[in-house]
Amino acid sequence: MAALDYLQRLEAESIHIFREVAAECEKPVMLYSVGKDSSVMLHLARKAFAPGKPPFPLLQIASGWDFREMLEFRDATAKKYGLELLVHTNDEGVRAGVKPWTHGAAYSDIMLTQALRQALDKYGFDAAFGGGRRDEEKSRAKERVFSFRSAQHRWDPKNQRPELWSLYNARKNRGESMRVFPLSNWTELDVWQYIHLQQVPIVPLYLARLRPVVRRDGRLIMVDDDRLPLSATDRVETLQVRFRTLGCYPLTGATVSTAADVPAVIREMVSSKTSEREGRGVDKDGATSMELRKLEGYF
Amino acid sequence: MRAAGGGSVGGGADVIGGDIEAYLQRHKAKSLLRFITCGSVDDGKSSLIGRLLYESKMIFDDQFAALRDDSKKVGTRGGEIDFALLVDGLTAEREQGITIDVAYRFFTTEKRKFIVADTPGHEQYTRNMVTGASTADLAVILIDARKGVLTQTRRHSYLAALLGIRRIVVAVNKMDLVDYSRDIFNKIERDYRAFAHQIHLEDITCIPVSAVVGDNVTSRSVHTPWYRGPGLLEHLETVDVPDPAEGAAFRMPVQWVNRPNPEFRGFAGLIASGVVRPGDALRVLPSGRTSSVARVLTGEGEARIGVAGQSVTLTLADEIDVSRGDVLSAADDPPAVANQFEATIIWMHDEPLLQGRAYLLKLGTKTVTATVAPIKYRVNVNTMEHLAAKKLDLNDIGVCELELSSAIAFESYRDSRVLGGFILIDRLTNNTVGAGLLHFALRRSQNVHWQALDVNKRARALLSHQKPCILWFTGLSGAGKSTIANLVEKQLHADGRQTYLLDGDNVRHGLNKDLGFTDQNRVENIRRVAEVARLMVDAGLIVMVSFISPFRSERRMARGLVEAGEFIEVFVDTPLAQAEARDAKGLYKKARRGELKNFTGIDSPYEAPENPEIRLDTTQLTPEAAASQVIAHLRKAGMIDAGFDPGI
Repeated sequence: MAALDYLQRLEAESIHIFREVAAECEKPVMLYSVGKDSSVMLHLARKAFAPGKPPFPLLQIASGWDFREMLEFRDATAKKYGLELLVHTNDEGVRAGVKPWTHGAAYSDIMLTQALRQALDKYGFDAAFGGGRRDEEKSRAKERVFSFRSAQHRWDPKNQRPELWSLYNARKNRGESMRVFPLSNWTELDVWQYIHLQQVPIVPLYLARLRPVVRRDGRLIMVDDDRLPLSATDRVETLQVRFRTLGCYPLTGATVSTAADVPAVIREMVSSKTSEREGRGVDKDGATSMELRKLEGYF
Repeated sequence: MRAAGGGSVGGGADVIGGDIEAYLQRHKAKSLLRFITCGSVDDGKSSLIGRLLYESKMIFDDQFAALRDDSKKVGTRGGEIDFALLVDGLTAEREQGITIDVAYRFFTTEKRKFIVADTPGHEQYTRNMVTGASTADLAVILIDARKGVLTQTRRHSYLAALLGIRRIVVAVNKMDLVDYSRDIFNKIERDYRAFAHQIHLEDITCIPVSAVVGDNVTSRSVHTPWYRGPGLLEHLETVDVPDPAEGAAFRMPVQWVNRPNPEFRGFAGLIASGVVRPGDALRVLPSGRTSSVARVLTGEGEARIGVAGQSVTLTLADEIDVSRGDVLSAADDPPAVANQFEATIIWMHDEPLLQGRAYLLKLGTKTVTATVAPIKYRVNVNTMEHLAAKKLDLNDIGVCELELSSAIAFESYRDSRVLGGFILIDRLTNNTVGAGLLHFALRRSQNVHWQALDVNKRARALLSHQKPCILWFTGLSGAGKSTIANLVEKQLHADGRQTYLLDGDNVRHGLNKDLGFTDQNRVENIRRVAEVARLMVDAGLIVMVSFISPFRSERRMARGLVEAGEFIEVFVDTPLAQAEARDAKGLYKKARRGELKNFTGIDSPYEAPENPEIRLDTTQLTPEAAASQVIAHLRKAGMIDAGFDPGI
């Protein structure tokens, strides 16, 4: 019997993490963003509890500006696997007229970070799985697998619990919670490789198709519906594009690509010269913006 | 300086050629090496890791552009590319120019995938290094060529060896600053090997490097023609790291009992060692029950075999009691079971480890209560000397005896990281406060089982028409604890109950006369009293304990010694001002004058109970009324009613 290869090791470690949370936390939930990392997380969670179902619901934070295809994929996925799906939107933000292009960096804080906190408080979840990976960004490199949050959802990077071996400490007092990252030790390439090998379903936005886009600040923004304000000089082009990362459509830049299937995406990625988060508008406000957002409770 | 590192992941487009499937197959077959880097920021550790990431083409164009900007803004290399900035993540670290926490980095070469635990080097971050070492197969120890083997080199090597790392790479860095001197390198290698031999590290590779210039990092340097060994990356790509768990006997801590429907009952866990096949005979520990494997399931269905490192779900041939925390093992080669151990403990919290205090211990998937007693010695991590110790402070490493509330299946850490490594958790704050490595079970615990006696607590209780319990009176000195406890005992005695009053002052004259008033001594004081009270409960008595007992954790420990319902916490609630005004013994005056040190309420804290069974507000109650309230509680709780059934 050959030793496990590295992907099998990563898979076993992630499954172990899911089971520890299910065993030690009272009311876990999986943050389901509909992105590729969420797809892999869900695949692993289903494996962890087979032949049963994962003993927790999925939670999606809908900003109202999600790609339509993501919402369709989300609903179809929950239905296919018979999982409970919770969707939460920050209604106060909607009422206040917060839009991707009106509030700058505050937009994602209000519609994503605050919305997430509202949802966790509303349902009383004491542990939430997130798809964060340590290879994504420098401040994530120091994140624990079980990341403790105060009753105010704050992350204290200078006072993290030591995490040795695979012994996770999930204990907490009432009101406090855990963010748990089963994909901590996966890289972007690992995720794609796993999607390919395991035939993990992903939202088709990751694959190149002809899509209507406009150019904004050097990025290609998809015209996903008629709410995107267009000026007289805006020209909607139909280009073959795909997305390397997914968020709110008015803030997510597309890449011109011919990669129409997963192997082609991987080929494109290993030849790529820019990092994964580059397409996201929200991280551009300074080198430490991700760390600041994490302090506030963002994933 | 080459431009943006080629900017591609895992070998680059040239490697793929035309065949993506073939590339993916090669990539999948790679093995994984987890290693730790030890050294201080001055040794160039971050520069070395930054260099490895850069040279293995893990840096993208946009990241490189950010690095170039950062190097100008905050770099320490006069505007030149500062690779250390790639890895110093948190803002606080960048401002202070040091690496505080463990950071995990990932890179891939044509041959291997790597996970690097990047840990800080200073002594005050020993706990971080230990954390990084806990999952590493190999350690890269940096030595500044100008400085040679230092105290910190010895400390890093000792910690790596302690955590079970057997393979060491010594990167003698900054060779460019010593003119690539062969003599200097050779002397450092000789010094290091001589030291490493003393701590039983034998598998050592020394490499002369310059992280800043890039010598012998990814390719052999022209500056060191006298060096014939591999470059650092080449060595990391080829070094053999066999997993000892693969050849060992089968063990799997049960994580989760999977019961999706009445027909299916599976035991899920990650296989710690060995292999498992359908039909294998298994033993469940600590119960010792046996069965055999019916099916081995992975997320993909039924499998012929499960191997070490894999997460599986097993079903058994028999319906036997198995729950989370149990260990499934090969029936003919099970691990030992015990409840008392010798262990090394690495303390990770600002509040010290105290002898006698109870903590939660998590090992595998089992969590139990553990008490440390006694601490045999503390290790000076710089000299490896053994020093006497009564407590362990942050970053201290000591060898202790541990007593657990129940027996667990275990192996020595040397044989199994999974069944020999544990964490200690504070019961109040839930923080992870320590880590430990089991050495062996104390002989007395392996063989001594509690003797099940024929005349038991229930029999004694029936005879005396009372339910034994502890009335634990806690409160400030002068609160009125002893006065009230005395009145309670008088009344119980008059009713024909069998009682005993353990009074703080009296016990300190005898049983505990060797103890003072430091925090450690207070813990031990309470531990002894609690144990005595427990024996008295077993003897069928209603025991009154009248002790200041200022710490919640000690009272909680005492509560944990007896069965649920047998511990009744009585908070004699008197404000400090009032207790001090009474001052029957003149102690507060002395304490205020500084003649009494560590006096509760004055210069030592009192942690009031959060949920006492009984609270007596002495500003509102006379001692007699307070005593009646206690008796009423006993009656209501069914401890002393006539014609009762003790129901134990």
